[in-house]
Amino acid sequence: MHTVYKISANDQDVVEEFNAKPIGHHSPALQRVLNVIRGQPVRDKYVLICTKPHKEWTLGQLTGERGKPVRMFKDQVFGSVEDAEREIFRRRWNLHTGTKG
Amino acid sequence: MKITGYADKISARPGETLQFMVNCERPRYRADIVRLVCGDLNPEGPGIREQVVPTPANKSYKGRAQTIESGSYVLIPNSPMLQDLKSFTVQAMLWPTMPDKGTQAIVSKWQERRRSGFALVIQAGRLALQLGDGKGNVEVVSTNKQLLARQWYFVAASYDAETRRGTLYQEPQTDYPTVSDAGRVRKKTQLERVGSNQSALMFGALRTGSGRGKLDQKFNGKIDSPRLANRVLERADMERLKSGVPAHLQQSVVGTWDFSRDISSIRVTDVSPNRLHGETVNMPARGMKGYNWSGESMDWKQAPEQYGAIHFHDDDVYDAGWEVDFSLTVPANLKSGLYAARLRSGSEEDYIPFVVKPAKGKEKKLAFLLPTASYMAYANEHMATNAGMMELLSGRLAPFDKNSLFLNEHREYGGSCYDSHSDGSGVCYSSRLRPILNMRPKHISALGGDGSSLWQFNADTHITDWLEAQGFDFDVITDEDLHYEGLALLKPYQVILSGTHPEYHSLQMWDAMKAYQNQGGRLMYMGANGWYWRVAFHPDCPGLMEVRRNEGGIRTWAAEPGEYYHSFTGEYGGLWRNQGRAPQVMLGTGFSAQGFDISAPYRRLPGSFQARAAFVFEGIGKDEVIGDFGLIGGGAAGLEIDRADERLGTPPHTLVLATSQGGHTDIYLVVCEELLVTTPGLGGTENELVRADMVFYETPSGGAVWSSSSIAWAGSLSHNNYDNNVSRITHNVLERFLNPEPFVR
Ligand SMILES: [Fe+2]
Repeated sequence: MHTVYKISANDQDVVEEFNAKPIGHHSPALQRVLNVIRGQPVRDKYVLICTKPHKEWTLGQLTGERGKPVRMFKDQVFGSVEDAEREIFRRRWNLHTGTKG
Repeated sequence: MKITGYADKISARPGETLQFMVNCERPRYRADIVRLVCGDLNPEGPGIREQVVPTPANKSYKGRAQTIESGSYVLIPNSPMLQDLKSFTVQAMLWPTMPDKGTQAIVSKWQERRRSGFALVIQAGRLALQLGDGKGNVEVVSTNKQLLARQWYFVAASYDAETRRGTLYQEPQTDYPTVSDAGRVRKKTQLERVGSNQSALMFGALRTGSGRGKLDQKFNGKIDSPRLANRVLERADMERLKSGVPAHLQQSVVGTWDFSRDISSIRVTDVSPNRLHGETVNMPARGMKGYNWSGESMDWKQAPEQYGAIHFHDDDVYDAGWEVDFSLTVPANLKSGLYAARLRSGSEEDYIPFVVKPAKGKEKKLAFLLPTASYMAYANEHMATNAGMMELLSGRLAPFDKNSLFLNEHREYGGSCYDSHSDGSGVCYSSRLRPILNMRPKHISALGGDGSSLWQFNADTHITDWLEAQGFDFDVITDEDLHYEGLALLKPYQVILSGTHPEYHSLQMWDAMKAYQNQGGRLMYMGANGWYWRVAFHPDCPGLMEVRRNEGGIRTWAAEPGEYYHSFTGEYGGLWRNQGRAPQVMLGTGFSAQGFDISAPYRRLPGSFQARAAFVFEGIGKDEVIGDFGLIGGGAAGLEIDRADERLGTPPHTLVLATSQGGHTDIYLVVCEELLVTTPGLGGTENELVRADMVFYETPSGGAVWSSSSIAWAGSLSHNNYDNNVSRITHNVLERFLNPEPFVR
């Protein structure tokens, strides 16, 4: 899904909310931001590779091309899904707003 | 994954033999037959539980690589008539879907080693005739006019052995002013002759050698009415051949193939006097509307002459066709259950699951109906890699385990009925004669909710785990058994337990379950979004199922208008709901909302305090919150959830016992078949339809139905060492259902 909504500094308030609880009930304002960043088409989309199931997750990225291996960032390893969510949110926030989240 | 495999059957009774086909890229591997109890790797849960069963099959085997050749085509065996062609005309109606995807053979009679024969192809997006003299020389004549995708064309080529002239016709059936996609080319070739060969005639591909992996020039799109003649035909005669063989062409025609014959089969019929019949390979789609479809008939049975197209895909696959590596004759004393051949080589591992059914007459009182039709519909799904929606649906990053990574890279393992082919058309057939790497213990699925993240097969091991932990004696039977054996399969049982997501049912399966209910059988619906899609099994080919995604319902692709009837049976496809059989008719509840992030608890409703339902809530407090815990999204109500609705068939005496209404996130949205006018407020925090309704009702002849109406339910069973109210309710219901005392006399 390509969303129309543009994330901006006006959305700053939702960052703290997201970091407190990346997965679960969210305010409408946070959900709107998440619809943008999580709705990215498959090209260069971040995913989590279960390098040690339920223990360790490694950042991955889809290519958007069928059959092409998922890119793996071996130096981006997380001990929890929530930590991974926060890091990827930060990266996407920066991408969308051009600022540091 | 360096080791993968599949079995020839999904289930077997004692004394019957299963064959296992293994691809192993390592020198040796070890196979062990294991009884599967729980396949959830989550350390918060019961953990992996499996027991090795000693059998003669348990030993070390030599490994060998086995590969899959995907891509569908029609094969017409070679014959003197085909082999002796000097001059020829080849023609067809064509609907290419990816004209720019490399060279694609429409009709080929080709021998690669000597470059001998001819092929009508799409090359560089244009119609072309590829000729080989059998001495290594190849010449290609092209129309040099770009074909448009998803437009019908008349295409033809002829070759005159005397004049060495090749002629090509590329005629669009729709004219678009300013678009130049028509072409007619006549060209004298340099080749001395077109070489003969003993290769088969093929539609939709070309073979560059005899071994697997030599299938080439795979075509994407539809071919309709291919014809072959043994001389150069005038354009007017080509036109006449579209609809039959006039007398003056009888000597000239080699074959006129009519794909509208035997649509339900793999047979391909040549209606010319030469009868050069063949068959389809790798299940291209049939019952597809042809170039002449008028829109007046929606059913291929009513107007077969308008359904003479076959849709070929370069990623179609039916039977991987691997060599057998070992077999297992099910020991007489092996109790019914869920099993697998566990394959290990160093750190590499795969499981080939199968079901052992009870010996006839030795059935227990309880059967777990493993929803294998639904496993087939989801077989090797690529939703997280093919479509960007997964993260939105699940409200979290998509997890990829080794199986998902492998499937992303190995497209030749074929897609699921949730995927689209490489040309964007929906996958309407799915086979189990290939490794199904998401039907595995230990598999983690992006659809499975926060926590254990299990979906379908592996989620269903939460049920087998609970049954074992609670000490219930049970048999396991499968959807496919139900399809072929009907009511007789269910009759011995007091209680049938469903899986977490029994979504796909054939008419035979539906009728058998209804008959079972009507004669007093008891059904515990342990999941949600069940009895939703109608499916068909192939009449001749084993392990093959069809889904047409018609009209409405949550679906990742939509069947094209006019293609709503199953090719396997001629039955109308789509949702059972649109055929007067909403899930509420079978279960009291039916699909109402979905979301894949976190789950919610249930709260009791007045129905739960009625005397008729007292047994369900024995030991449960009046205000007790039910299932605010669990491995699937942290709650018992979640992922896909069903509601009671009398207008859709919930029996009027149904007791709605509990509901999760109001507890869901806004990731949960009302299903699209409920949407006539779209309005704001479709999410879980606002919409009343976003809920799982737990229900109970009595059926004729003393039976009853209890429905959890949630896919997540089973993920809560093991919480607190199985001592929790989800486990207790399930236990209460199962104990009572196993008691033959009729509910209503
Ligand atoms: Fe489903």
